[in-house]
Amino acid sequence: MTITAPDPAIDPTVVPTAGPQTKGPVRRALDRFFDNRAARAGLLIVVPILLAVSTYSLWWPFSPNAIDLRAINKGPSAIHWLGSDGVGRDVMARLLQGGRISLLVAVCSVAISIVIGFLVGAVASFGGRLVDGTVMRFVDLAMTLPPVIFLLVLASIAGTGIAPTILVISLLSWPVLSRMVRARLLELRERDFVVAARGMGAGLPHLLFRHGLPNCIDILVVYATLQIANAILLEAGLSFLGLGIAPPEASWGNMLNLARSTVVLEQYPWQWMFPGAVLVLTVLAINFIGDGLRDAFDPRSDLN
Amino acid sequence: MDAPFLTVRNLTKHFAPTAFSRGPVVRALDDISFDIARGQVVGLVGESGSGKTTIGRSVLRLIEPTSGEIRFDGVDITKLSAGPLVRQRRKMQYIFQDPFASLSPRMTIGQILTEGLDIQGIGSRRERRAKAERALAAVELPVDAYDRYAHEFSGGQRQRIGIARALTLEPEFIVADEPVSALDVSIQAQIINLLRDLQVRLGLTMLFISHDLAVVEYICDTVIVLYLGRIMEVAPAAALYARPQHPYTRALLSAIPSLDPLARQGRQVLKGDIPSPANPPTGCVFRTRCPVALDACAGIVPPLRATTSDGHLKACIRDDIA
Ligand SMILES: Nc1ncnc2c1ncn2[C@@H]1O[C@H](COP(=O)(O)OP(=O)(O)OP(=O)(O)O)[C@@H](O)[C@H]1O
Ligand code: SF4
Ligand SMILES: [Mg+2]
Repeated sequence: MTITAPDPAIDPTVVPTAGPQTKGPVRRALDRFFDNRAARAGLLIVVPILLAVSTYSLWWPFSPNAIDLRAINKGPSAIHWLGSDGVGRDVMARLLQGGRISLLVAVCSVAISIVIGFLVGAVASFGGRLVDGTVMRFVDLAMTLPPVIFLLVLASIAGTGIAPTILVISLLSWPVLSRMVRARLLELRERDFVVAARGMGAGLPHLLFRHGLPNCIDILVVYATLQIANAILLEAGLSFLGLGIAPPEASWGNMLNLARSTVVLEQYPWQWMFPGAVLVLTVLAINFIGDGLRDAFDPRSDLN
Repeated sequence: MDAPFLTVRNLTKHFAPTAFSRGPVVRALDDISFDIARGQVVGLVGESGSGKTTIGRSVLRLIEPTSGEIRFDGVDITKLSAGPLVRQRRKMQYIFQDPFASLSPRMTIGQILTEGLDIQGIGSRRERRAKAERALAAVELPVDAYDRYAHEFSGGQRQRIGIARALTLEPEFIVADEPVSALDVSIQAQIINLLRDLQVRLGLTMLFISHDLAVVEYICDTVIVLYLGRIMEVAPAAALYARPQHPYTRALLSAIPSLDPLARQGRQVLKGDIPSPANPPTGCVFRTRCPVALDACAGIVPPLRATTSDGHLKACIRDDIA
C-alpha cells in the first residue's frame, strides 16, 4: 500500500505553507523594489543627501546666512569646502540649507497634492454621474491651462516665500493624480470584493479608506516619488525666475539664480555648479527610485 | 404553508445608456415574479446574458431595479432607506462566481472574514475573530488561514473563503451566483456538497444561480428557467426534469450529455443565437429559436401560468404539445 501526500488542489485542509509569515502585496512589492539595482543606487544617493540636509546644523560650523568678510567670492578651501559667495556666505552651508528648503517645499507640496488629488478622484468616482461629470470637466480645465503660464500667474498672485511656493506647486500638480485615482476607483467599484462590501452594508468612508486607498497605494507611491523630483525642479524654476523662495533664504533654485550674472557664471563657478550638480543628482536619483517603485508595484509582476 | 419568505413581483430592470456611453436600452429583466419559501433552495437557470446575475443582485439590492417589488419577510427592500437597508443586509448575503475577483488581494483572510462584522459593528475584536474562525471551520478550512492572503489559496479554497464570508453575518438568505462554474470539475462536487450541508444545517434559504441544469438538479427544490430576461418555466426540481413543459426547458435538458442512446435520439439542438436583450423579439421572446413556434407566438407575451397539477408554471401558449 502506498501512502500519497494529500493533493493541495483537492484537499481543502491543506493550506500552502509559504513560510513562517506570509507577505502581503505591499511587502512583496518592496522585495521586488530592493532587487532593482538602479533603485538601490537611487536610494544610496538620496538617503545620504537627506541625512546631510536634515542634520547639517549639528556638524557644519557655518550657518547659511553668516557673513565672513574675509572670504568674499573665494573658491573652495579647507575652511569653506565649497567656497563662498559674493557677500561672504559659506556655499556649503547654503547648499545644505537650500536642500532643506527645496526638499521641504517638494515634500509638502506633494503631500498636499496627494490629499487633494485622491479626494477629488474619490468624489468623482463614487459621487454619482452628475458629480463625476462636473468635477472631471473642472479637472480637464485645470489640465488644459498651459502649466508655465498658470504657474507664473499663480506665483505672482501668491507671492514669494515657502508657503506660497508650496501652494503654487501643489495646485499645479493634483489634477493628474485625481485622474489616475478616478480611473482606478471606477474600475474598483465594479470589482466583486467591493460589491461584497456593499452587500454587507459598507458606506462611502469604508469603501474609500478600506478598499479605495489600499488599492491606490501603488499609484500614490509612484506619483509621490516622481512628483517630488518634479516639484524640486518646479521650485528651482520658480526661484530662478525670482518667484519662488526669495533671498536671503537659500534654496537650490535661487542659488542657481546667481548664475544669471555673467561674472558669477564665468569667474565663480563654485557658486552655481554645486547647487546645480546636487539638484541634478537628487532629481535623477529620485527618478530611479520612482521607476523602481513603479516596476515593483506593477500588478503584472505579481503573476510570476 | 406560511407566507413566502421572499416575494419578487414584477421585477424589471432596464439598463439605460449613461451620459458617457451610448447605445440602446438593455432590457435585462422583464416582469419577473417568483416566491421562495423559508428554508427552500430555488435554482435559477439560463444561458449567459439571460439576466441571472441581474436578478440575484437586484434581490439583494446591489442593483437598483427599474420597477417591481422585492419583499423579505414582508419588508419591501426596494423602498428601504439607507439606515434600515444596512441592517437588512445582515440577513442576506451573496456568493460570487469568480473566486479570484471576489477576495481583495490587499486584505488577509481574517480581514476579509471580519469585514462584515466590522461594518455592522457586531462584537468586540476578539468576538469577531472567534466568529471568523468558526466560519473557517464551517467551510472546512484550517484556522491558520486567518493570517494569510487570498493569493496563497487555490480556486476551490478561495471559493470556500467566499462562502465563509457570506456566513459570518449569519444570514437567513443567500444568493449563490454560479458558485462552482469557475472551478475545476473535480472540485465542483465538493463545493456543491458543502453548500448543501450548510444550507441544511443552518436552515438557509437560497437562490442558487447556474447555467447548468445538471448542477441545479442536485441541490434545488424548485427551478426557475430564465430566457432573455423572462421566466419561461417554474417547477419543482423533480417535475421539471421528469416532465419539462416548456419547449426551451426541453431543449436545455436534451442538451445535457447523456450516455443513454434513446435519450440521444430525441435530442433537439437549439438553432441560432440568443437574441440581443437590447432588441428582444415581440411576443414570446423564445419564438426565434422555438422548434414549435406558431404565428400567434409573435402576437402575445405568454403569461406564466399553471398548466398541470404538479406545481408547474410555464409561459407558452402551446398546451397541445405537453
Ligand atoms: N451594468 C450594466 N449595464 C448595461 N447592461 C448590463 C449591465 N449589467 C448587465 N447588463 C446586461 O444585462 C443582461 C443580463 O446580464 P446578467 O449579467 O444578469 O446575465 P447572466 O445571466 O448573469 O449571464 P452570465 O451567465 O454570463 O453571468 C446582459 O445582456 C448584459 O449585457
Ligand atoms: S409561446 Fe410559442 S414560441 Fe414561445 S415557447 Fe411557446 S410555442 Fe415556442
Ligand atoms: Mg452572471
